Amino acid sequence: MSQQTHRLSQGGRIDRGREIRFTFNGREYTGYAGDTLASALLANGVSVIGRSFKYHRPRGLVGAGPEEPNAIVQVGLGGQTRPDQRATQVELFDGLVASTSARLGFDPMGLNNTFSRMLPAGFYYKTFKWPAKSWPSYEKRIRQAAGLGYSPTEPDTDRYDHMNAHCDVLVVGGGPAGLAAALRAGRAGARVMLVDENAEFGGSLLAERDAQANAIDDRSPHDWIAASVAELSAMQEVRVMTRTTAFGNYDHNFIGLMEDKADYRGGPGAGEVRHRLWRVRAQRVVLATGALERPLVFGNNDRPGIMTASAVSTYLNRYGVAPGWRTVVFTNNDSAYQTALDLKAAGRDVAAIVDIRTNPTGALADAAREAGIPIHDSSAIIKARGSRRVKSVQIAQVKYGQLAEEGDTIACDVVATSGGWSPVVHLHCHIGSKPQWDDEAACFLPGPDNPGQSSAGSVTGAFSLRKALSQGFEQGGAAVAELGFEPTAGAAPSAPAPGTVMPIQPFWIAPTGKPLSRGPKQFVDYQNDTTAADIALAVREGYESVEHVKRYTAMGFGTDQGKLGNINGMAILASLLDQSIPETGTTTFRPAYTPVSFGSVAGRTADHLFDPERKTAMHDWHVQHGALFENVGQWKRPWYYPKDDESMQAALDRECRSTRNGAGVLDASTLGKIEVHGPDANRFLDMIYTGGRRKMKTGTCRYGLMLHEDGMIFDDGVTAKLDENHYYLTTTTGGAAGVLNWLEQWHQTEWPDMDVFFTFVTDQWATVAVNGPKSREILQALCDDIDFDREAFAFMTFREGTVAGVAARVFRISFTGELAFEINVDANYGRHVWEAVMAAGAPHGITPYGTETMHILRAEKGFIVAGQDTDGAVTPMDMGMHWAIGKKKDDFIGMRSLSRADIVGEGRKQYVGLVPTDGSIVLPEGSQLVNDPEAALPMPMVGHVSSSYHSDTLGHSFALAVVEDGRSRHGETVYSPQVDGSVIAATITDPVFYDREGARQNV
Amino acid sequence: MFQIDCPWCGPRDQQEFAYAGEAAIKRPENPASLSDAEWADYLFMRTNPRGRHHEQWRHVHGCGQFFDVVRDTVTYRIESVDVPGRPALGDAS
Ligand SMILES: [Zn+2]
Repeated sequence: MSQQTHRLSQGGRIDRGREIRFTFNGREYTGYAGDTLASALLANGVSVIGRSFKYHRPRGLVGAGPEEPNAIVQVGLGGQTRPDQRATQVELFDGLVASTSARLGFDPMGLNNTFSRMLPAGFYYKTFKWPAKSWPSYEKRIRQAAGLGYSPTEPDTDRYDHMNAHCDVLVVGGGPAGLAAALRAGRAGARVMLVDENAEFGGSLLAERDAQANAIDDRSPHDWIAASVAELSAMQEVRVMTRTTAFGNYDHNFIGLMEDKADYRGGPGAGEVRHRLWRVRAQRVVLATGALERPLVFGNNDRPGIMTASAVSTYLNRYGVAPGWRTVVFTNNDSAYQTALDLKAAGRDVAAIVDIRTNPTGALADAAREAGIPIHDSSAIIKARGSRRVKSVQIAQVKYGQLAEEGDTIACDVVATSGGWSPVVHLHCHIGSKPQWDDEAACFLPGPDNPGQSSAGSVTGAFSLRKALSQGFEQGGAAVAELGFEPTAGAAPSAPAPGTVMPIQPFWIAPTGKPLSRGPKQFVDYQNDTTAADIALAVREGYESVEHVKRYTAMGFGTDQGKLGNINGMAILASLLDQSIPETGTTTFRPAYTPVSFGSVAGRTADHLFDPERKTAMHDWHVQHGALFENVGQWKRPWYYPKDDESMQAALDRECRSTRNGAGVLDASTLGKIEVHGPDANRFLDMIYTGGRRKMKTGTCRYGLMLHEDGMIFDDGVTAKLDENHYYLTTTTGGAAGVLNWLEQWHQTEWPDMDVFFTFVTDQWATVAVNGPKSREILQALCDDIDFDREAFAFMTFREGTVAGVAARVFRISFTGELAFEINVDANYGRHVWEAVMAAGAPHGITPYGTETMHILRAEKGFIVAGQDTDGAVTPMDMGMHWAIGKKKDDFIGMRSLSRADIVGEGRKQYVGLVPTDGSIVLPEGSQLVNDPEAALPMPMVGHVSSSYHSDTLGHSFALAVVEDGRSRHGETVYSPQVDGSVIAATITDPVFYDREGARQNV
Repeated sequence: MFQIDCPWCGPRDQQEFAYAGEAAIKRPENPASLSDAEWADYLFMRTNPRGRHHEQWRHVHGCGQFFDVVRDTVTYRIESVDVPGRPALGDAS
């Protein structure tokens, strides 16, 4: 086990009393409670954490937060493993197992580094695009070699959930500005949520020394944080949440939060939740998201040990870890001087401060000089040396952005760089706002506030503590005042006045005196190995838009989404295009700010809760009798009922035979059912259906087609007239909700004056459809108050009576072409009536059948299933259903479209039957049809197969299809080329295969 | 995710609603009297503006009512909600 060689003897917000053991890339280490995986690795002197994506260069930590591009690790094993975690945000717990081993274990792509000139920007597009079939294997090898994370290979058994919340003010970010905002809003009595992605509140204060010199309201910074959090926690209406990332800002102040409830401590206990997704609707949002430091771009700036200055300070002050022994600071602004002073205070050498600015002045520069740190002004690091660890840097004098004179080589093992600060404008920009470039602060700031939102703290460019506190306090007060609360009096938390500051000097890339492609690599995006030379190449090849350059160079594509490198890249692009940074613009900021787990997005809506399951009243009977089920919309419908080891086809043949020759019974409860009431029900339905409804007599049924206004069929069903002004409609199982919506829309928005209303009664009725020549006898045995005589109870009528002792409505309608009766009863009696039908039918060999037999029997009769044989592009005439259109009607929805030239002309696909030449072959549904299977490609297609089955009744296979001008082509042959290269020939026929005259249902 | 102020139920999440197309498309009184072009204009042509849009929504997982919304298609700001049947944007009174 290694020693914590880089741990300082004191300081940091870690608990040295609690040692924690963990494993990284197969080796055991120890750290302390309060460490992240990154700080613990650094404490153990681990400088190479992984290898880079394209060139396989050794990489170490660059940052200390969500911006970290290199230390991307796989945490945990099995179903709970988490890919692509930033080591800087992984809290240490006992037994933690993490790895980047795919990157480190061996180095098959290490040669790339040597031959790097062959791997320029766009190399994927250029090299691997052709032949197209090779791309999957290239991609697989690249991903393997890059060691990108892997998904769990076992089911994730953990629990995730969702929480909906409403609040007056949501404060995002618990640094000084966010705390001040939450305090002001909370004190006014508002309902406040304060969230922070970190394990503790404090933000940038945690990265600074807890010195009285930085006191807030006369308390040390850490004491002020503790007091503030304690005050907030004690407020009734305030909720404070750590380890909670506001990952997305959506319209109308809807914010997505992901709260880690368990990963930080090694996973959830029994019954606990792992992640919780919060869906917050906030009246006001205060974005106090802070700023991230930019690195500087110079040759070999990716060597392990080269970090942002703020990361160095964070490791020193928050974690008590010194990344090395001798540091060179490279900066274009004041803040890195503080890092130099922090290093000194921790007893580490600062070999030099290299500052691009001339004659740095101000409070921090004076302090550095006082501390005896050599300052090289008007200078830059032009390249670093060392391979697995930075060993030295070469500095040079820079005048007007050009290399003036090469200077010393300075030995070091850490380089702390600062190119300025990039406000975290992501959330502000998620809903479409563009960030605005600020020349003075040399960064993008949030544009005008989004409605109901404001920003406070360093995200606005307010980089001093005093300004951040006052801004947060002000915005917290403004937010609650707008909501009608009275902000309490009193001043903002006070911090010492900042010393004099020297302005930042924008500086995007260190000059080398050579073309970009010749010097050592100058990395812009570490995770994607995008260099300044790649951006220059993209420009040479004609790319101008930042969005295109991003995609060509892959800059900003990684899990870090360019948090670290994008602004540098855009600035370099701007200078190459000889235009300003605002002219160049940024790429689009999109959610999520940091990766969100799939588990939290799914929440509880997984497995059997993914979608509601609807079951009929007879469902358990079907299960007990061996039914296999089919999903139809949300319904579970019996598909067929195999007996013993019967094959599917054998079961279907048996079910069909029984129904055609004796009796079969189908659970038809899932059909959509809608009651239509009102004095204008007649008039209304006359507009909705193609057929007339005005002359219907009470007690009768009619088949009906519904069209969209474009004349295309969208649903069908039976209408029964229960009474004057009272109808009962059935719809397809899957179309029920859509039909109700359709009726409501026409009524509410077009004909609100019509006195009619609709009641959805699908769930109230159970439907037992008894089909077959014996169905009358079975009904007669169960019912003695309905006359089932052929004349007394005619086809397409219904009767009310008592079936098996239960009040019932019996329809004499048929979807099989056989004599048939559909018994509708209160769903609560569904199973009772079903069982009574089975008992009464037993002497006749009654057989339950499912949807597959239903389909075969209806298809033999040429009956369509709307949505299967129709596809939203066929008219009633296309389907040969002229008879369904009311001859005397002036108008109905879709009628006008039926006389459009395109609808009445030739060449439309028409409904036909098909009989394969080889009757043992069942044409696959969806197969395309052609006239000549030898025709040149692209082969003209003349139609497709919509339904296809083997028919026991016919003794061969058959299909339903649409074919261009098919009604005049009966007897001709069409062909169906299959994916396996075979061709199936079939003869075009009439779509009615069985009992064409309809004699069997009229007995 | 929008928050839509149903005229009958008050403000609710967008997921309770279904979009229902452009508002104030009036079905012609006598379709049979229209030319194919006029009919196609009613059937297919929509304003699809960049900016203020007069549209219909249905509170499908709520009261079930259709209503009119004026929404900016750029900022997504909802300017007003109203019961159906008000004149189209830009129409006099
Ligand atoms: Zn409503």
